[in-house]
Amino acid sequence: MTQQNSNNTTSVVLVGVGGQGILLASAIVAQAALDSGYDVKTNEIHGMAQRGGSVVAQIRYGEKIYSPLIPKGTATVLASLERVESLRYVDYLAPNGLAVVSDQIIVPTTVSSGAASYPTLDEETLRKYFPRLVYVRAVEQAAELGNARAANTILLGSLSTQLDLSLDAWEGAISKRVKPAFVDVNLKAFHLGRELAQ
Amino acid sequence: MTKQLLSGNEAIARGALEAGVTVVSGYPGTPSTEILENIGKFYGDKMFAEWAPNEKVAFETAAGASTTGARSMTTMKLVGLNVAADPLMTLAYVGVVGGFVAVVADDPGMNSSQNEQDTRLFAHFAKVPVLEPSDAAEAKAFTLAGYEISEKFGTPVILRTTTTTSHSRGVVELADPIALNRTPSFKSDPQRFVPIPAWARGMRVRLEERLEKLAEEASNSPLNRIEWNASGDRRVGIVTAGAAYQYVKEVFPEANVLKLGWQFPFPDRLFREFAAQVDQVIVIEELEDFLEEHMKALGINAIGKRLGDEKLVPNIGALDVDVLKEIRAKLVANPATAPLFDAQTAVEIAPTTELPTLPALPARPPVLCPGCPHRGFFYALKKFDVVVSGDIGCYTLGVAPPLACMDTVLCMGGGFTVAHGIDRAKNDRPVVGIVGDSTFFHSGITGLLDVAYNKGGATLVVLDNRVTAMTGHQENPGSGKTLLGEETFAADIAEIAKATGFKNVVEVNPRDLAQTTAALKTAIESPEPWLIVAKEPCPLAYRKKIEKIYRVDQDKCKKCGACVKLGCPAIERDADKTVRVNPAFCVDCKLCEQVCKFGALEEIDVKMGGLV
Repeated sequence: MTQQNSNNTTSVVLVGVGGQGILLASAIVAQAALDSGYDVKTNEIHGMAQRGGSVVAQIRYGEKIYSPLIPKGTATVLASLERVESLRYVDYLAPNGLAVVSDQIIVPTTVSSGAASYPTLDEETLRKYFPRLVYVRAVEQAAELGNARAANTILLGSLSTQLDLSLDAWEGAISKRVKPAFVDVNLKAFHLGRELAQ
Repeated sequence: MTKQLLSGNEAIARGALEAGVTVVSGYPGTPSTEILENIGKFYGDKMFAEWAPNEKVAFETAAGASTTGARSMTTMKLVGLNVAADPLMTLAYVGVVGGFVAVVADDPGMNSSQNEQDTRLFAHFAKVPVLEPSDAAEAKAFTLAGYEISEKFGTPVILRTTTTTSHSRGVVELADPIALNRTPSFKSDPQRFVPIPAWARGMRVRLEERLEKLAEEASNSPLNRIEWNASGDRRVGIVTAGAAYQYVKEVFPEANVLKLGWQFPFPDRLFREFAAQVDQVIVIEELEDFLEEHMKALGINAIGKRLGDEKLVPNIGALDVDVLKEIRAKLVANPATAPLFDAQTAVEIAPTTELPTLPALPARPPVLCPGCPHRGFFYALKKFDVVVSGDIGCYTLGVAPPLACMDTVLCMGGGFTVAHGIDRAKNDRPVVGIVGDSTFFHSGITGLLDVAYNKGGATLVVLDNRVTAMTGHQENPGSGKTLLGEETFAADIAEIAKATGFKNVVEVNPRDLAQTTAALKTAIESPEPWLIVAKEPCPLAYRKKIEKIYRVDQDKCKKCGACVKLGCPAIERDADKTVRVNPAFCVDCKLCEQVCKFGALEEIDVKMGGLV
């Protein structure tokens, strides 16, 4: 199931908009890989780009990792918490890679001000760019589970089906990285995400 | 040993603890900020850690601590070293007692910086050693090594990182702190510590002697190593350092590599030894041709920034695996260098996939957050025909449409002084100079003093959001708290201005558009200098429970777009001009209500907005 490049490196790209919880999701993937005995490197965007801008987090794991930055066309999975952001990073995904995209739309100020327009991106359109796509109503479904903020963990559940990390490692990582009061809802969200990707 | 996944910055913080550092002072600046933040958060009970008002103060505080025998550290971003250049240049002459490491984080690619200066050149200029880790594990190890080198040679050491190394996490093994058990004791020795010309001349000679010894040490240091390939193929030898090393290992797996962690003073002996054993030296370094130029001066035939007539390794922006794949492709394609490579070891350029053409994607640049107090100020300022001299901070985002309300930005503190210069030139339009609260304390105060002393006429504004916001909400001299969270005196900006001689000082709430506009009108029309303090806490740093939010009453809305001109991310407009407030983003700042002439923006209970 796992897609690896010639260096036996697995690469995960997480994208979204500042404030959506990308960095927590990244920390969970990295923790699960670390606890599985892999060498791990990650990269995150800080500073100016955080202020409502486009955010990308990258995680790489394997026997020995050199670059923390993912080369184009090599990511095993790409998960996006926002529709248009998924396309901004489409060239990082390997040709046979899986995309997990939340149906959420966050209208950029460039669109509201009339300087740009938000393209029509329904599931069918996205599928043209992502032949292997899991399209999720993540925010809605997370809210139904009890907390809309767990949307990112639904996406993690879906992408976890592509990675050679055990269920124990994932659940352990969620328990370590999420605030105690929110562990249960995030575990539920994670399992829902797994089911949606089956 | 405990293994943890740490960022380069967290690893440097850990390194400071393990090295027995007892005094750290820095100024926030991406990508360096988390070093001192982590020291404050996790090791604040083990050492004195503080945010200084600026990098010069931070550097000098750490230098002072070192004279007592204590180990000290200062942290800053690339441009911060410009501010601290004065003490750096002379501390190199005077030397240090306790180990002294200045951590300077460079920003290739200018992710959060106004320039791309290469701190290795500063180390060369100042004649001090520069170390550069290539990942988080090395970031910790090199911090410890920096203190060893600093004390062995009595020299300040620069630990240079870059954005990628500072912000990438990797596996780091933790160790126990070294037990130094030192009693800080300053030993008076004016000939050693006072660089009056007569004594500085001796220091100058000893500095050169020190550099020679350091160069020899660098050639022997484990921070620099040659990785010979197992096959014995000696055609290609790559010289590299920092994050670029990681990319070299992926893209040139068959190459022999001279990996430099300690780049200056140049390890000449090691350069010559490596070059003598390979057919062709290729230098792959981020930003300037620092190593390459020196190797060429040694008579080594190195390829780097250029391959014949074409450009090879970019000197602009950050490198990555994709950039190195292009470099490799050029080397393989060029008849002069093709024989150095075997066809079967070619590294794939990104696999091309047959995808339909992407639609035009709307840009999503960083913006002022919902509820940002700067938004109200800029909205009010936009109505005046003035030149706006801005500064470095969140409020620099005021340059972006639709507020588009900033004409110049130069450097920290420049908001006031550039405005003063425009005013002195008798510009045909009035000028408004803007700094933030942290910027005011950093280097705005001297500009304020200048305007008061020399009887300038500019309107000066401090956008006081009570925190150093852009770098992630650090405390500052006006916030009333220290890095370690202790209560302290909150410097009063208006009182400081009055003490410099400003007669016209007014505080406004920038979320009150009428009040802000009235203050601006008075100040801009006055021939005298004015200071406006636009004071309102950053809603991200000082979170309040949101009780109310706004909603657009679609029956009253005339779709005029006035509210959209605020540039608020919570106000979304569709292609048919229908405006909605995103209930997840609205923080009830009340600006939109003030700009709507039709009363279409109504305040509702947050529970009515669809949120729990």
